[in-house]
Amino acid sequence: MTTAANVLELSGISRRFGGVRALSDIDLEVRAGEVHCLAGENGSGKSTLIKIISGVQPPEPGGRIVIGGEPCAHLSAAESIQRGIQVIYQDLSLFPNLTVAENIAIAQHHRPGLVKWSVIRRKADEAMRQLGIQLDLDAYVADLPIAQRQLVAICRAMAADARLVIMDEPTASLTRHEVDALLSLTRQMKSRGIAVMFVSHRLDEVLEVSDRVTVLRNGEKLGTFDAAGMTDRALGELMIGRSFSYETQSFPHPEAPVVLAVDGLSREGDFQDISLCVRRGEILGITGRLGSGRTEFALSLFGMNPADDGRITVDGHELALRHTTREAIAAGIAYVPEDRLTLGLAMRHSIADNLLLTTLKNLAGPVGLVPDGRRIERPRFWIEALGIKAPQSENPVGTLSGGNQQRVVLAKWLATKPRLLILDSPTVGVDIGAKDGIYAAIRELAAEGIAVIVISDEIPEVFYHTHRVVVMQHGRMTGELTPAGCSEVELRRTVDA
Amino acid sequence: MLKRFLATHEFRLLIAAIALTVCLALGSPRFLAPQNLLDLLANTAFVGMLASGLLVVLVAGSIDISFTATASIAQYVAILAAGHAGVGLVGTVLIACVIGTLLGMLNAWLVSVLRMSSIIVSIAMLNIYFGLLMLFSNGQQIFSMPDWFPDALSWVVGTAPNGDPYVLNAQIIGLILSFAVTWFLLNRTGIGRQVRALGGNQEAARRVGFRPLRLSLIAFGYLGFTAGLASLVQAQLAQSVTPNVLVGRELNVLAAVVLGGASLAGGQGTVLGTILGVAVLAIMENGFILIGVSSYWSQCFIGLVIIGGVAVIGLERKRQRNHASRVIAGPAMTARTITGGTE
Repeated sequence: MTTAANVLELSGISRRFGGVRALSDIDLEVRAGEVHCLAGENGSGKSTLIKIISGVQPPEPGGRIVIGGEPCAHLSAAESIQRGIQVIYQDLSLFPNLTVAENIAIAQHHRPGLVKWSVIRRKADEAMRQLGIQLDLDAYVADLPIAQRQLVAICRAMAADARLVIMDEPTASLTRHEVDALLSLTRQMKSRGIAVMFVSHRLDEVLEVSDRVTVLRNGEKLGTFDAAGMTDRALGELMIGRSFSYETQSFPHPEAPVVLAVDGLSREGDFQDISLCVRRGEILGITGRLGSGRTEFALSLFGMNPADDGRITVDGHELALRHTTREAIAAGIAYVPEDRLTLGLAMRHSIADNLLLTTLKNLAGPVGLVPDGRRIERPRFWIEALGIKAPQSENPVGTLSGGNQQRVVLAKWLATKPRLLILDSPTVGVDIGAKDGIYAAIRELAAEGIAVIVISDEIPEVFYHTHRVVVMQHGRMTGELTPAGCSEVELRRTVDA
Repeated sequence: MLKRFLATHEFRLLIAAIALTVCLALGSPRFLAPQNLLDLLANTAFVGMLASGLLVVLVAGSIDISFTATASIAQYVAILAAGHAGVGLVGTVLIACVIGTLLGMLNAWLVSVLRMSSIIVSIAMLNIYFGLLMLFSNGQQIFSMPDWFPDALSWVVGTAPNGDPYVLNAQIIGLILSFAVTWFLLNRTGIGRQVRALGGNQEAARRVGFRPLRLSLIAFGYLGFTAGLASLVQAQLAQSVTPNVLVGRELNVLAAVVLGGASLAGGQGTVLGTILGVAVLAIMENGFILIGVSSYWSQCFIGLVIIGGVAVIGLERKRQRNHASRVIAGPAMTARTITGGTE
């Protein structure tokens, strides 16, 4: 079974965390010089598998790891690296305070004795030449844009004589052009006999360069398939395990009164000349790649990132251009941030306290104290209304699952009875079942007459769950489409244009 | 190369130091007198040596402010041994340095084992070390130094017009040596680069196989080592040992290092910056005395300079970050720009 042509062979790999089975009995082989995709939803066990391959966590007894034909009984992180396995984590694991050259040749510092700067430069230069990349060796990584940082990470893997490069969600923060550059680099590595493993839950981009795809679901391997016959859609259904078929939605009340009107809104360096409107009961999608200015625009509406120029009108009343968040809330705007963990919730405080945070003022009695009765009864209402699965409203929010946390944030803002609800990437990090629940909640809110803006970079999400989509790119509006009147491909093309 | 240097914090500090020197030289003719400069160096030695050690800990991404207590203990024990047990020069230095290194390492070990923030651990250890020293010493000063001690490691290198000798003493040697060794450690050794990498991104350092605990032991141990050396240099300057005279100066040292561009967030800071940070504060203090400014005013001024200096660093870093993120969001990001072509 063991052949030298396989860079990596895993058999019978299992791993359990507390009562949760993260991986059960996984077999996997990666051939030399192949591009192998590891696909699966969040929570399917992809990251645990990477940690085991890279020696960061051991598998349960009985699992076998063979690297380059040699079995590894107790694989350590250092041994995994030494045997030619390089993981490029999503955060890239670079040192922002060191130069490009030093980051690439960082492994040189393991050698005892004095630092040979000439050797470090030469190693870095060699790695870049092998991949046909040019970067300023003396630039600090902190000063590089994200795409160039990724190149530094790939060069570092090359400099470490990698035989298998594992890339965790490599395309998540890249533009289409940058993804293309990454794919051509992948071909370069492949032609040098280096195996590349892409780990992702969005594989449409990397499918074209892949040879084989392994799909994980709930910690189990569904199989390894040839990429040639695989479509994005078939892969998605495999990953999810049931097919969610959504229909596009058309807006039933095109003549409803306008809630939000934005005219020529600009902010230097973030976005320029954004004009749009949202009506009562309408769901407006805003999409675009990371860095398109979509989030910055939303923050400006909410008073957290003041615009320089333009007009914002809510229900016919113009907001001051440099309005505060307090004024935005008073005007009926609610904002659910992308990173609910850092921006949306006080993780150590109870579910109840989090739910009450936005409406404390209304609940308070004459001297500013909140009566206990209201403190208990209001949260109970919201927990039931949104189907939050929580044993007790006094438990810390941090103990809830991602989807339920997202609902707490939603409830917190719905309690302010908003006229306009802005949801920034509402389903990031949420498993597929909970996603469906959130989509249903959004539809219901809109049906009740709330104007909703959904910001997302997942194209199917805006295509199937909004009435109208605005596309942003480099801070400008580059298109406006109605999903009911166009195809998903058309929308994707507009985003990638 | 030169262009890069002109954009650095060190360059701005250098300008500030030169400007200060010029002003003070104009304000007081005595300022640039060789004797005053030598005195200035000798008086700065204690703070400067500690600053070089603290720089290493800050670069590693931690902080330790217990070093003045460490220095007090090292000083007390070493001088006691020198005076009563007849330990020679080498032995005295060895005792002070070993005590300093071990106490420093104890801090690193506690930070790692207790998984507590290093600031809290070092505040606690400052109190424990100092409390123990006062307990065992009863706060008694030591005046009986061995005969060789007052003039150890000093050479006359010239004569002033009025006949006074110019002396190259242990303070100046210690100061120069500690900056030189720190520079060598941070820039020319693999361990030093690992320490800097650790301060830049601890998780990434772990992933490439650097060992955080070992690197912390080295960084904190090195600070303890410099504290041991600095304590002897200070004892020689004062010609006595007072157990409670050093504690309280740790924040001055921290201020000098931070003014020199080191970041409390770790990974940032250079020896040149630290030298200039120490120099700016020392020159100001000395100059204010020479031109007769009240010492309370000079304290206020020094505080203002620290705030101003650190604010400039903060603004500069913010500007750079904005620049980097603007490049990400910039127009026409093509395959060419990604691969480092000109924009």
